This record gives sequence, C-alpha cells and structure tokens, in this order.
Amino acid sequence: MRALLTVFGKEFLENLRDRRTLFSALLFGPLFGPLLFGAMVSRMLDQSVMEADTPLQLTVSGSSHAPGLWRYLEAQGVRLSKADLSENEARAAVRGGSAQVVLIIPQEYGRRFAAAAPAPLLLVADSADSQTRKKADRARRVLGAYASAIARLRLQVRGVNPLIAEPVAVNEVDVATPTGRAVVVLGFMTYFVLFAVLMGGLYLAIDSTAGERERGSLEALLSLPVARLSLVGGKILATCAYMCLSLALSLTAFVCVFHFVRLERLGMSANLNARTAVIFFAICLPFVPLGAALMTFVASFTRSYREAQTYLTTVLLVPTLPIAFASIYSLKTKSSLMYIPSLSQHLLMTSVLKGERIAVPDVLVSAAASLGLALLLIVLTARHWRRETMLG
Amino acid sequence: MIEAANLSKRFGAVEAVRNVSFVARDGEITGLLGANGAGKSTCLRMLYGVLGPDSGHARVDGIDIRGETSRARAHLGVLPHAAGLYGNLTARENIRYFGLLQGMDGERLGARTAELARTLGLTEFIGRRAKGFSQGQRIKVALARALVHDPGNIVLDEPTNGLDVMAIRNLREMLLALKRQGRCVLFSSHVMQEVAALCDRVVIIGHGKVLADETVQSIRQRSGGASLEEAFLQVLGNSDRVS
Repeated sequence: MRALLTVFGKEFLENLRDRRTLFSALLFGPLFGPLLFGAMVSRMLDQSVMEADTPLQLTVSGSSHAPGLWRYLEAQGVRLSKADLSENEARAAVRGGSAQVVLIIPQEYGRRFAAAAPAPLLLVADSADSQTRKKADRARRVLGAYASAIARLRLQVRGVNPLIAEPVAVNEVDVATPTGRAVVVLGFMTYFVLFAVLMGGLYLAIDSTAGERERGSLEALLSLPVARLSLVGGKILATCAYMCLSLALSLTAFVCVFHFVRLERLGMSANLNARTAVIFFAICLPFVPLGAALMTFVASFTRSYREAQTYLTTVLLVPTLPIAFASIYSLKTKSSLMYIPSLSQHLLMTSVLKGERIAVPDVLVSAAASLGLALLLIVLTARHWRRETMLG
Repeated sequence: MIEAANLSKRFGAVEAVRNVSFVARDGEITGLLGANGAGKSTCLRMLYGVLGPDSGHARVDGIDIRGETSRARAHLGVLPHAAGLYGNLTARENIRYFGLLQGMDGERLGARTAELARTLGLTEFIGRRAKGFSQGQRIKVALARALVHDPGNIVLDEPTNGLDVMAIRNLREMLLALKRQGRCVLFSSHVMQEVAALCDRVVIIGHGKVLADETVQSIRQRSGGASLEEAFLQVLGNSDRVS
C-alpha cells in the first residue's frame, strides 16, 4: 500500500509539471465540450429568434396582375420588392443567391381569379438550403392563409356557411415538457462529459506506461522490490485523480455555460445546476477507474508514446458506441441497460437532465458494473506487467 | 555475493544463455565480458530477477531471486542498460522515489541522499530537473538511485555506454570506491580494456556460454606475459569466435 501511494504521488507530481498532460487534462478535455456546446446552442437561439422577429422578404414579379394579393401581403407585414423576372430568370436569381424566395404572378392570374378558377402562382426557392427552405415555408403559409380567406369570402357571397368547408378542426397538444425538449439538444452533452473524463487521464496513462518504456526508466523500476500490482495500482490511481479533476472542471464549465445560455428562450429548460452537477459527478465516478484501467491496459502493450496515442484515440471513441446505439434505437432508461458502462451513465444523466427520478438500484448496478470491469482490467494489467515481455 | 548456478534461457529458437555459472564475490569487481549479443544482458536480467531462467538459480547473498524476490532485491542495486530518469523530476526526487519504493523512511533517505550526493558529486545539480542533464550527470543520478538503499551488491549493465572519457573515469573511481567499501560489484562490458583496468575477476561470455572465469592475472599468466588484449583474444579464440 505504501509503495502504491509512493507511485501515485510521483506520477501525480511529475504530470503536474508536464504541459502536455495539463493541457489535455485540465484545459482541452474539460472545456472543449462545454464551449462547443455553448456556441452551438446560442447559435440555435439566435437563429430561432431571428426567424420569429425578422419580416419575411419576398421578391414579386408581375405584381400588377394581382393588386389584391399584393395588398394582403403588405398588410401581413411581408417585405415586398418588385421585380420583373421570367421563370428562368427567377430560377437563376435564386440559384445565384441574389434573391431567396421569388413569387411569380403570371399574366393569366387576374383572368382566372376573376372567373373563380384556380389562379396559378409560381414560388421559386431552393429547398436544399435550410435558410431559404424556412422562408419558402413561411411564404407558403401566408399564401395559404390568403387562399382560405378568399375561399371563405366566396362561399359567403354565394350564401354558404364557410364553416362547411372546414369539416375537422385539428388542435395539437404537445406533451413535451421544456426539460424534455431540451434533452434532444442536450443528448450529446453526456458524451462530452465522458469524453472529458477520458481526456483527463489520457496522457497520464500513456506517460506512466509507454512513456516509462520510452524514457528507459522501466527496467530500473521493475527491478525494485515492489509488487507489480502496487506499481500498476499507483499509476491507475494517479490517472483517476486527473480524470476526476477533468470531470469536475467539465461539469463546472457546463453549469456556467447553461447559466449564460438562455435555454428558456428556446422553450427549454435544462435541469443542470450545482446540485445536479454533483449528482452527475457521483454517477460518473465509477466510470473513472474503468476508463483509467482501460487506457492503462491498452497503453501497457505499446512500445512508444506515438503508438500509445494511436491506440488510445480509438479508446476515446469506445464510450460513444453505446450512446450512439441508444440514440439510434431511442433506448429509455431500463434496469437491464445499467450493466453497460458509459450507456448506463448516459441514461442516468439524461434522466437527471429531464428532471426524472432515478432509481437507487439502477445507480448501484451502474456503479457496480463499471467498478467490476475496472477491477478485472486492473488485474489483467498487473498480470501483463508481471510478464517478461513487459521489458520489451 | 552474487551467484549464478547453471542459468539457461531461451527465447523461441534462440538459446540466449546456456548453463552459465559463476560467482561475483564481495569486495571484488567482477566483469562480464562479451561481444554484443553474447548473452550478457540476459544473464544480468536473470540475476536481478526481471527474467526467469528456464533452468538454474540466481542467488544474491544466498537468497534465491525467484523464490524470495523482494528480500533478495533489497540486497541488490541495479543499473540496467537503459537507465533513464524522470525528466520532470529533480535529481533528488528521482533518487527519493526509488528510496521510498525500497521501503526507506524519510529521515534515513534524506541522510543517505546527502551522502550519495557528496560521494558521487551530485551536489551541483541535485535540485535541477533531470530533463537537461548530460549523459554523465544522468549516469551519476542513476547510480545514486541504484545505491540509495545501501545494497551490498550492485549490478551494472554496460554502464560506460555513451559516456565521455571524463565520465568513464569518474565511474571507474566510483566502482573502485564501492569495492573498497566491501561491496560486490558486477558489471558487463564489451570493452576489454575497461574490464582489464577495473576488474579483479573476469567472466568471459560467448554465445551464451562461459568461456573463462578467472582473475585478470591468471589470464595474463596463461598467455605467457603477452599484452592483455592478446590474452583475451586467446581465450576467445579457443572457443569459436565471439565477435
């Protein structure tokens, strides 16, 4: 035990002096997720606010053929601009970006409108562009509203109750809670948290194994009267310490980001505050030794820093797989899924974000599964360290 | 005292060490001489217990290294072929780390480090991080690290590799000082002049076998007063050629 703590202390101190470790453990790992996240969510906010506030712009060609429609659109607050474009010119203008949505009113519009026959309109837009697609949708809605207003008037003029043309009235009831809606956006936040956990220990796991070999200090270390399990244990413990730091920083950063990003304006609310951050920390804690043991185990087989880095970047992706599966099959929190590390942490954190109650047995199973696997990996790593091939 | 008794080791099809026996005595410097690839490192690695022999025994002060590894190792200081330091730790911290892992307590460790710093000449750079050390400084710290627990036996694998003339001379004096303190010093080398200048006994290894195990004088006498180089070549020539 003393030897284990000695190894822990040395690895902790040595890496505290290593710029690479500090950068990945305390800067890049924990802050990458929250910053990317904050930037993305505020961009989404800006867009949705912009969409609601800015008036629709519409380029209209042949406006003289439909003065009634023109007045209606003006009254609806649509920013209209007159143009004289043929259909081909309009296509070119939209494709070239000089206009976003063009409404063409053909010459026969007036005649057919007066005869109460369907009067043709041409709406030119690019549906591959998400921005103009939204504008085209708005234009379609305004034109639809105009059409049904005219239809109602025509029925009234003919002495028919316009309600007859509306056989059903659909009212939508959206049961999504603000927090529930937010989970769609926050779904991948849990991955960033697990990513931060792993990043926190990445370089330490490499440095204490492949680094030890590359530096040429491994053989001297192995010739000491110290059990290999103590060596491995101390190294993994130091890796865990950095991972916990990274996790704590990452959660703090997320809490800050959510404090400043006004999710409520998106009609969402995230259940992420100091209290839930502590719960997140507790949920992720059993994942820490698992990640540390996994990375140390993999890195123990490599000969150099570079080789270890290559393999461990793949390890960083491992926790994404269950999470990706979960979102593809839209898995809900289930007791049977608590046996799968990373997925169980993801599901538990998502539940907390949604403001749902989490079951204590689920938390315990999740922790036990992760810790059990961690223990197995620690034993396997120590076994590998006892092999002669370890000397390389 | 370090004993090798009928040590053999094979790696796949290669018989690296074949039935090697010799004794390195206290108060003597024993040289393990052989060409590159002769099996010196494998032999030493079995002596300090990071490799297990296929057959035979290695004993340190009579303690079997495989049977009671930790107890045997407490009697043994090791300077492996690759004797890298931790660059982000100071020389003192490097030595201290090994001392703690040898189970020493703080007070004894402090006193011993100060003593080693004085005798090995580390005082100038003991507080500096090992990152920028010269090869000579590095070997001194590595030696201090190997000696921190005051072992009666010390094994060095090609310690002069990569050292300049001054550093080699320094090292030689350090080894002689260890001998005067009554310790058993065993080191490997492929440079015969080095072995001749320093050793009391020479164990010559070729193709994993012991070709000669005698005092430097007896080798000299046997060759009839010729130069030492001639004498060594004679020993090597008697078996099949080593290099």
